[in-house]
Amino acid sequence: MNLPTQPQSGRWLFRYAVLTALCTLALVCLGGLVTSKGVGMAVPDWPTSYGYNMFALPITTWFTDGIFHEHTHRLVATWVGILVVALTRWLGGREACRPLLIIGLAELVAGFLLLRVGPDWKGAGYFLSGIGGVVLLAGMVWIRNAPLARPLPTLGWLAFAAVQVQGLLGGLRVVLDRQIVADTTLGTVFGLVHACLGQGFFVLLCAIALLLSPQWPRLGKGMNGIRTNALNWLLPATTGVIFLQLVLGALMRHQHAGLAIRDFPLAYGSLWPATDPESLLRYNHQRTDETSVTAFQIFLQMFHRIGAVTIVILVVSSFVSVRKNAVGTPLTWGGNLWLGLIIAQFFLGAATIWTDKAADIATAHVAIGALSLATGALLTLAARRIALPVRQGQVGGSEPAAMFARPFVR
Amino acid sequence: MNTTLAFVSTLAATAIVANAGEITGKVTLKGTPPPAQAIAAVKADANCGKFHATDVMSRTFVVGADSGLANVVVYIKGGLEGKAFPAPVEKALIDQKGCMYEPYVSAVMAGQTFQLQNSDPVMHNIMATPKLNKGFNFAQATQGQINDKVFDKPELGVKLACSVHPWMVAYLSVLENPFFAVSDKDGNFVIKGELPDGKYTLEAFHQKLGPAGAVSQEIEVKGGKATAAFTLELK
Repeated sequence: MNLPTQPQSGRWLFRYAVLTALCTLALVCLGGLVTSKGVGMAVPDWPTSYGYNMFALPITTWFTDGIFHEHTHRLVATWVGILVVALTRWLGGREACRPLLIIGLAELVAGFLLLRVGPDWKGAGYFLSGIGGVVLLAGMVWIRNAPLARPLPTLGWLAFAAVQVQGLLGGLRVVLDRQIVADTTLGTVFGLVHACLGQGFFVLLCAIALLLSPQWPRLGKGMNGIRTNALNWLLPATTGVIFLQLVLGALMRHQHAGLAIRDFPLAYGSLWPATDPESLLRYNHQRTDETSVTAFQIFLQMFHRIGAVTIVILVVSSFVSVRKNAVGTPLTWGGNLWLGLIIAQFFLGAATIWTDKAADIATAHVAIGALSLATGALLTLAARRIALPVRQGQVGGSEPAAMFARPFVR
Repeated sequence: MNTTLAFVSTLAATAIVANAGEITGKVTLKGTPPPAQAIAAVKADANCGKFHATDVMSRTFVVGADSGLANVVVYIKGGLEGKAFPAPVEKALIDQKGCMYEPYVSAVMAGQTFQLQNSDPVMHNIMATPKLNKGFNFAQATQGQINDKVFDKPELGVKLACSVHPWMVAYLSVLENPFFAVSDKDGNFVIKGELPDGKYTLEAFHQKLGPAGAVSQEIEVKGGKATAAFTLELK
């Protein structure tokens, strides 16, 4: 008979964390779809939607073309926010109640104060007081569960802060869409940061789910002699490059430079396209869409292409290294998954160009990008946990002294 | 006596009308533009697709007979310095019909009111993204809704777009004086107005070719008439 490695509540917490991460992935996909379809401003106000409370938007308006994508993104974001607040409370145990009560109360009061400032602030006031209400409720949950072992409560609070900042960034992207500072549209800047933080937020929730998983305490046990030293730098380095690639991708999408070059694998018929003014004029005159490309946008896409090739090389190297050094560990199937994702991602990138940036293909490219980043981050964490005994000169994997050694679920 | 005065006045008015300026001409395109493409998103859209039995084509370059280029804004750029003109009272109209803007390219004088109309039984929002004027973004939820807007500063090729239907784009040029026209499907244009005889600089601007691709030429208006021919070049 297999004994459970976690108490019942721990398994449910793990499942809940997985649910939160999956909802966040859906949210990232919806955000990608909104940008792919170019409907980020289909609902021109925030936090209200066409003047309505977000939850009271007439269904006929909600189901109108681009409004559907943008408004659904907002609703799912709210849902993820609620899930994360509850996760923070669960991870932090009863000790999280007081800070939640204080934050919730502060947001509630600030929201009501905004309502009194004037009609322009009414929507923001309701929104903030709504968030405050949810946080306050989480702080009032009477269950006196113990906090999880470190660093899980801290990660919970990090997610709590990230989800609120992320919501605010999404709102500012709309509200400041046409504000220009130093020749830069603030809406584009906030949209870019919103996209990058969204990817980081998703990775954070995946990491929380991994640390809560039943497999986590068993990682490293009985994995004697695994040489993960090479992986200790290769995996985080590759993950870091993927994140940079996602930042480049977000920059391209928000610069509308996704199709700055419309052929692949060549670029305007050559390995490296000319970007002199005469050539740019020629490119732009031959475009049938409403956009014109700049040299900067062409460089962005070229660097994104170079990044893609670099990542393929790094992930293949990681895959080989895992097969060589970590046989018999969960890292091996993780490495297989990573390689599969990166190959798919490479072809989705090419297909994005070949299909003239079809929204579903471009969105799949965003989704697989997020999954590739998360897989890299989780492999890095897992390798670190497995590697600890070896690094400390211990033979076994059962008693490493570092924080990653203990099972997190009490 | 009164009858005589009225007769003289009528004659004078007729003379003014006869002297009303008319600059005519044609804009042609040199070079081969990319072929127009079907905008697949229109047909794929559940609401907008049903307005069109056939493919809706892109309108970046509309070239007619004898390489005549449509949608070119032709306007007096120089020669009127120091002269002030009242903005025309009549309102320009930009309609949203079949989930497309009509006209695709239009022009108004700074301070002239233009109307944005939604003829569709579908919600549109109109986002104007000028660089010099004040932008806007608002929704027109009901069929037949009309909103008046004014841009105060001269600015070429202000982009109007619908965020709900991203393929919907139009361009509005805001000009300093009332002497302008937009070329028709064959590239022909007629600038009407009481333009005093003299020398002027006329410019032809196409939104895709941008300011760098605009072409100017000197013209002389005699007896209220002048002609001009422009050739815009595609690289």
